[in-house]
Amino acid sequence: MRFQRRAAAVGLIAAGALLFSACGSDDNSGGSTEQASGVTCGGKQDLRASGSTAQANALTGFVNTFEQTCNGQTVNYTASGSGAGRNEFIGGQTDFAGSDSALKADEAQRAQQRCASPALNLPLVFGPIAVAYNVPGVTDLALDGATVAAIFNGQITTWNDPRIAALNQGKTLPAAPIVVNFRSDESGTTQNFQTYLNAASNNAYGKQATQTFNGGVGAGARGSQGVTDATKNTPNSIGYVEASFAQKAQLPAAQIINSGGGQPVALSTDNVAKAIDAVQVTGQGNDLTLDLNSLYKTTTPGAYPIALATYEIVCTKYADPQTGQAVKAFLQTALSPQAQGTLTAGGYVPIPDAFKQRLTTSINAIS
Amino acid sequence: MSAALDAPERPAAPATFRNVSTARKIKDRLATVLVSLAFLIAVIPLVWLLVSVLIKGFPAIVSADWWTRSLSGVTPDEVRGGVYHAIVGTLVQAVISGVIAVPVGILAAVYLVEYGRGRLAKTTSFMVDILSGVPSIVAALFIFALFVSIVGLEQSGFLVGLALVLLMLPVVIRNTEEMLRLVPDELREASYALGIPKWKTILRIVLPTALSGTITGVMLAFARVMGETAPVLVLVGYARAINFNPFEGNQASLPLLIYTELSTNPSAAGQLRIWGGALTLILIVMLFQLAASLISRYSAISK
Amino acid sequence: MTPDGDEADANTVSERTTERAPSDDPETRGRPTGSATMSTVTDTQPTATDPGRTTSGGTGERVFRGLTTGSGLVVVAAIALIGLFLVVQAVPSLLANNANFLTSPEFVTTDAANLRFGIRDLLVVTLLSSLMALVIAMPIGMGIALFLTQYTPPRLAQPFSYVIGLLAAVPSIVFGLWGILVLAPAIEPFAAFLQTYLGWFFLFAPGNLPVLTGTIFTGGIVLAIMILPIITATTREVFAQTPRFQVEAAQALGATRWEVIRMAVLPYGRSGFIAASMLGLGRALGETIAVLLVIRAATSPSTGSLFDGGYTFASLIASAASEFSQPLPTGAYISAGLVLFVLTFVVNAIARVVAGGKVNG
Repeated sequence: MRFQRRAAAVGLIAAGALLFSACGSDDNSGGSTEQASGVTCGGKQDLRASGSTAQANALTGFVNTFEQTCNGQTVNYTASGSGAGRNEFIGGQTDFAGSDSALKADEAQRAQQRCASPALNLPLVFGPIAVAYNVPGVTDLALDGATVAAIFNGQITTWNDPRIAALNQGKTLPAAPIVVNFRSDESGTTQNFQTYLNAASNNAYGKQATQTFNGGVGAGARGSQGVTDATKNTPNSIGYVEASFAQKAQLPAAQIINSGGGQPVALSTDNVAKAIDAVQVTGQGNDLTLDLNSLYKTTTPGAYPIALATYEIVCTKYADPQTGQAVKAFLQTALSPQAQGTLTAGGYVPIPDAFKQRLTTSINAIS
Repeated sequence: MSAALDAPERPAAPATFRNVSTARKIKDRLATVLVSLAFLIAVIPLVWLLVSVLIKGFPAIVSADWWTRSLSGVTPDEVRGGVYHAIVGTLVQAVISGVIAVPVGILAAVYLVEYGRGRLAKTTSFMVDILSGVPSIVAALFIFALFVSIVGLEQSGFLVGLALVLLMLPVVIRNTEEMLRLVPDELREASYALGIPKWKTILRIVLPTALSGTITGVMLAFARVMGETAPVLVLVGYARAINFNPFEGNQASLPLLIYTELSTNPSAAGQLRIWGGALTLILIVMLFQLAASLISRYSAISK
Repeated sequence: MTPDGDEADANTVSERTTERAPSDDPETRGRPTGSATMSTVTDTQPTATDPGRTTSGGTGERVFRGLTTGSGLVVVAAIALIGLFLVVQAVPSLLANNANFLTSPEFVTTDAANLRFGIRDLLVVTLLSSLMALVIAMPIGMGIALFLTQYTPPRLAQPFSYVIGLLAAVPSIVFGLWGILVLAPAIEPFAAFLQTYLGWFFLFAPGNLPVLTGTIFTGGIVLAIMILPIITATTREVFAQTPRFQVEAAQALGATRWEVIRMAVLPYGRSGFIAASMLGLGRALGETIAVLLVIRAATSPSTGSLFDGGYTFASLIASAASEFSQPLPTGAYISAGLVLFVLTFVVNAIARVVAGGKVNG
């Protein structure tokens, strides 16, 4: 009797498990993703890629469009961090890498060995960084590079500091101390933001631009969401996060006076696009490594200068032509209007036309 | 005191006695209040927490897609798809660890109760206690150090399962041990008297008698490991699609899904997934705990 | 039925049974009623009723005994291997370390060629947060255990314990989310109050964070809630085992309920309660994800205040988990894990010694 009951129970569990494993599916069709046009599909079916977490959400949109466009083809992107992404690409475990920074000289050399052709750094995804703040009663704070740097290295400690007041005439700033919120985990956002601080303040920031925050003030929080929550919950605080996080939390982002002087520039897709269009490329030939100084110290009127540029790192010529074709098809899809249209929801900036031309040329050269 | 003196018809002695009794009564009452208060203090955060999770997560779990779809092809800001892939990963990893930890744990408990004596048994029993105190992050680091750094394996769901074995083992051993000790010796002796060798007695008589209690322990062990976040952070990558194969590629799990959405997705859809995932995880863990307590209620040996 | 072994065994059993009968101690033969008496039973059991002891038994017996012993050894081996491999992976990084491992507050591993890491602050933050959790959870845990064993009718005790057990069912990542988003802002005024009026005391002095949310103080409270079910469950079990006659003796003397507790329950359960608290402490020391989400990072070294921020061993390791790609920096975190392992080992060993076999962790 008892044995039968036990057998019945085991049977029930097994049946339940079977039923459960049968009823699940990856099929989420019926979403907003559209098919892209002008893409030559084909090549290897499953591409493997890994790297930057900052571009993970953008790639999700690209991959969705790619799956819609090229039947049966997909990309498996693992957001394992930029460093791991570059290492895995160089080690040949992945077909391309996503990275917050271009290959360093020695990495480029090893990547060339892996590809048996030069590796290309293609800045495909741009994410603006917001200097988000929570100052009761203030919604249109304006700052310039030098001031932001002085806040984030602790030289300016109160909101009514004359240097902030000078940029914000006619606004009432509290006499409260500034609470700086920074990201405590290693991130490309922190690295790029500190690079900006150094560039735009003519090195008055004076700290190394590593993946960890070196400003020496404030309180760290885990991840962009942590910084956003901390800023939202702490009056008189300021932090830097990807624009999408600030927007979703309805935190105001400081208007930035860029290195050309002039009017404070609000964070908007158009204003970031202006900065991207004016950016200079240091890469040779089809390699599009950016001169970040030209982005962060942009003098173009109305250009918002703080953006994280993330690269796709690919081979010029893949040993396996099938892989090359698939990578090319994927990147072509990524530049299509359909794929670019998925970017704004994630807080990224669609690539402006002039720059898209250069990317298209480079991508079409992949084989 | 004065009241007693004012009332001459009452004898003095009982009044004094009653006075002392009042002080003791106050102490007794005070203790009752404090002790009940302690219980309330524990209930407050629990209710507070469960209610916040329920309110924020409930809208997510009522959709059928939540239980049957993955997040493959869903952009971060779309309220679509589900956590099927994460439930699969959570269960697969728990099952891997169960397949290893349950037999080893039960056998180890048999050793401790039926065979073990002397130094080795004492050491084993001591080490079970130590193992039960090993933090999950240390277990994860150990598996990482051994299998990723030294052997050179890729990170995978299987490695998570191995790390969970270390967390599951002590729970299984301790619970089984307790049940085995409750098996009356008369049963063992009756079996020996019939000439049945010890190992068969254990397999046919002792273990079946303790079975339901053992299953309870196993269920509790499952409940313990499924909510673990540290091993999945160190040992496997997140995947948005269903992956039944724990040996290759990334594999989602509910804690990892929550953590990933938390760190990468600011949208309202992401918030919904975080709290929905948390609620789903609590429900699954509670289901296992409930199963455990039901089994123990109908267990053959009552405590 | 293996014919070769069974007959021999049958003989042995009958021989041994007759031989054993007179020496059988009736005291230990009775059915055990609580784990406190179990150890006696176990100690005598193998010698008293073990038919396979004097003879090696059949093949089945040997195999089965080997299997069970092997499984026991797995546990011993697991602990030994954890220690061994953590040491093996930590040593190269410790040798390459350019800072003092024990006294440096830095933990910089971004440059593999210039590792600078020390555990001073990790140790301070880990101990402060865990001890604070313990100080809060111990009295409350004892109160709940008393409530469940001495004050609640048995019919209600079961569902009530289930409610407390539910706290253990809540995954720690949920505690973390709730702790930083809901609890931290709610207790900020209280933290501010403590700092204003007790700021002269080093524990409540201004810390290295510019804010009062997400401090060790917040983390300690979250940890206290998390270890409460552990302390309660074990303590309750021990209190419930208080010998009936002791309770009845106290009652016969006219003791109130509280006096019964003071005279009978607490003295009997003290060691069990302390052991349970040590188990809770062990859990608090190793808690990872909740602490990672709740306690915020600071830019200057720890000041020893509860209003400091920083990392515990566990939260630091988890925080860096995604960057485990180069061996030397990874080794730095593994060496932190090694220290945590030793710490929890010691705490759990103490718990076991204190409990004296009364508690099953």
